[in-house]
Amino acid sequence: MSGSATTALAVVLIIAPLLPSLASRTVAFITGRRGAPLLQPYRDLVKLLGKRAVYSRTTTGVFRAAPIAVLATPLLAAALVPFDGHGSLAGFAGDAIAFAGLLALGRMLLALGGLDTGSSFEGMGASRELAFASFIEPALFLCFAALALTTGELSLGRMLGGAIDRGWAQAPASLAMVGVSLFVVMLAEASRGPVDDPATHLELTMIHEVTILDHSGPDLAFLLYGSALKFALFAALVVDTLMPRTGWPTPLAVAALIPALAVVAVLVGVIESTFARLRLVQVPQFLAGAAALAALGVILRVR
Amino acid sequence: MERTGEVLLLLVLMTDFAVLVTDRLSTCIRIMAAQGVLLGLLPFASGAAIGVHTVVLSLGTIAIKSIVLPRVLSWAIREAEVRRELEPSIGPIGMVVLGLVAVGVAFGVATRLPHAGATVLPGLVPVSLASLMMGFVVLTTRRKALSLVIGYLMLENGIYVFGLTLAGAIPLLVEMGVLLDVLVGVFIMGLVVFQIHRQLETQDSRRLTELRD
Repeated sequence: MSGSATTALAVVLIIAPLLPSLASRTVAFITGRRGAPLLQPYRDLVKLLGKRAVYSRTTTGVFRAAPIAVLATPLLAAALVPFDGHGSLAGFAGDAIAFAGLLALGRMLLALGGLDTGSSFEGMGASRELAFASFIEPALFLCFAALALTTGELSLGRMLGGAIDRGWAQAPASLAMVGVSLFVVMLAEASRGPVDDPATHLELTMIHEVTILDHSGPDLAFLLYGSALKFALFAALVVDTLMPRTGWPTPLAVAALIPALAVVAVLVGVIESTFARLRLVQVPQFLAGAAALAALGVILRVR
Repeated sequence: MERTGEVLLLLVLMTDFAVLVTDRLSTCIRIMAAQGVLLGLLPFASGAAIGVHTVVLSLGTIAIKSIVLPRVLSWAIREAEVRRELEPSIGPIGMVVLGLVAVGVAFGVATRLPHAGATVLPGLVPVSLASLMMGFVVLTTRRKALSLVIGYLMLENGIYVFGLTLAGAIPLLVEMGVLLDVLVGVFIMGLVVFQIHRQLETQDSRRLTELRD
C-alpha cells in the first residue's frame, strides 16, 4: 500500500505544474488563442531556478522565508492525501485539521512576506488573500466534517481511501455536495476561476499574483511550484471524493489519477472562460455558498 | 426510483436556496418555474402507484406552476417596472445562514414526527418543512410586494410536497382544487401588486402599514 502511495505522490509532484498550465491552455483554446505550450511551466521553473534572487533592502528574513513555507507546507500536506485512492503516506486521526493548518501556515507566511516588502499593492494582495481565506476555511472544514460523518473515519487517508465507498452507499447526496463544495474551494485556493484571474497583471485586480510580485529567481520558482501543488492537492481531493477507487487495483487507481486530474484542470479552464470574474464583494458570497453546500451535506447526514 | 426522488427533493431545496440569495426578480421567477417542473416530476418518483391520477397531477402542476404563474408574475414585473429587490434587509450570506437553520430545524423536527418515516420517500416531510420555512424567511425579509408573492409560492410548494406523502389518499379533484386556488391567489396578487404600484408609485411593503380608504 505504501509503495503505491509513494508512486502516486511522486506522479502528482511531477505533474503538478501541468494543471494550471492545462487550465490556462483550455482558456486560450476557448477564447480562440493558441496559448503557451503545456510544458512551459517546467521551462519557467528551470529558468527561474538558474537565476539569482533579488532582494529589496527594505525586506527582512520573513520575505525570504515565505517562498520556502509556501513550498514546504503543501509538500507536507501532500503526505496526508491518498492520491492512489487507497491510503496516504502518513496519517493520524484528525489529520484533516493538520492539512488545513499546514495550508493556513503557508498562507500566513505568504501574506507576511507580501507585507514585508512595504509595497501597498502587495499589502492589498495579502489582505485579500487572508480575507478570502476566512471564507475558504469554514467551507473546507465543513467538507471534512461531512466526509468524516459519512465515512465514520477521522483521517484523510482512511476517509477518502478506504471508507468512501461505504459513504457513497449510505449518503450519496452529502458526498456529491462535498464534491462540489471542494471544487469551489479548489478554485479559490488555486486562485483560479471566478475568484481570481491568473492572467491579469493589473495590480488592482490581482489577488495571488500581486502578493508574489516582488519575489524573483528560485524564490518565485518555489512560489509557482507551491501554488501549483496546492491546486493538485485540492484537485486530488475532489477526484478522491467524486471518483472513489477503493476497489480498483492500485496500478490502475494511480494511472486513473492522471486523466482525472486533467479533467478537473480542463473543467477549471472551462469555468474560468465561461464565467465572468466575480466582483471582490461577491467572492465571499460565492465561497459562503460553497460552505452552505457543505453544511447542507453535514445536516443531511446528521438528521 | 427512490434515488431519483431524493435527487429531485434535493434540487427543490437548492432552488429554494437560489431564491433566497437572488435579488433579481426575473431570475427568482425563473427559478420558481424550474421548481415547478421538479415538483411536477416528483409524484412519479415518490413511490406511489403511477396511474391517471399521478399523470394529471403532474401535468397540472407543471402547467400551472411553471408556465402560467411565471407568465403572470413576469407580466406584473413588466407592468410595474420592478427589476430588483432593492435594499434587502438581510444580505445573501445572512439569507443562506437562515436557510441552513431552516433546513437543520426541518430535518431535526421531521425525524421526531410520528409517521414521518413511514412515507415511501423519507425526504418528503423534512424538505416540505424546510421549503415552508424558507418561504417564511422570504416573506419576512423581503420588502417588494412581488418578492412576497414569490415567498408565498415557496410556502405553497412546501405544502404541496407535504401533500405528496398522502398522494394515494387525496382525491384528484381536491388536489386540482388546491392548485387552482393557488393560481387564482397568485393571479389576484399579481393584479394587486400592479394596482399598488399604480396608486403608490412604489412596491415597498413598508409603506402599506397605514390603512385608509
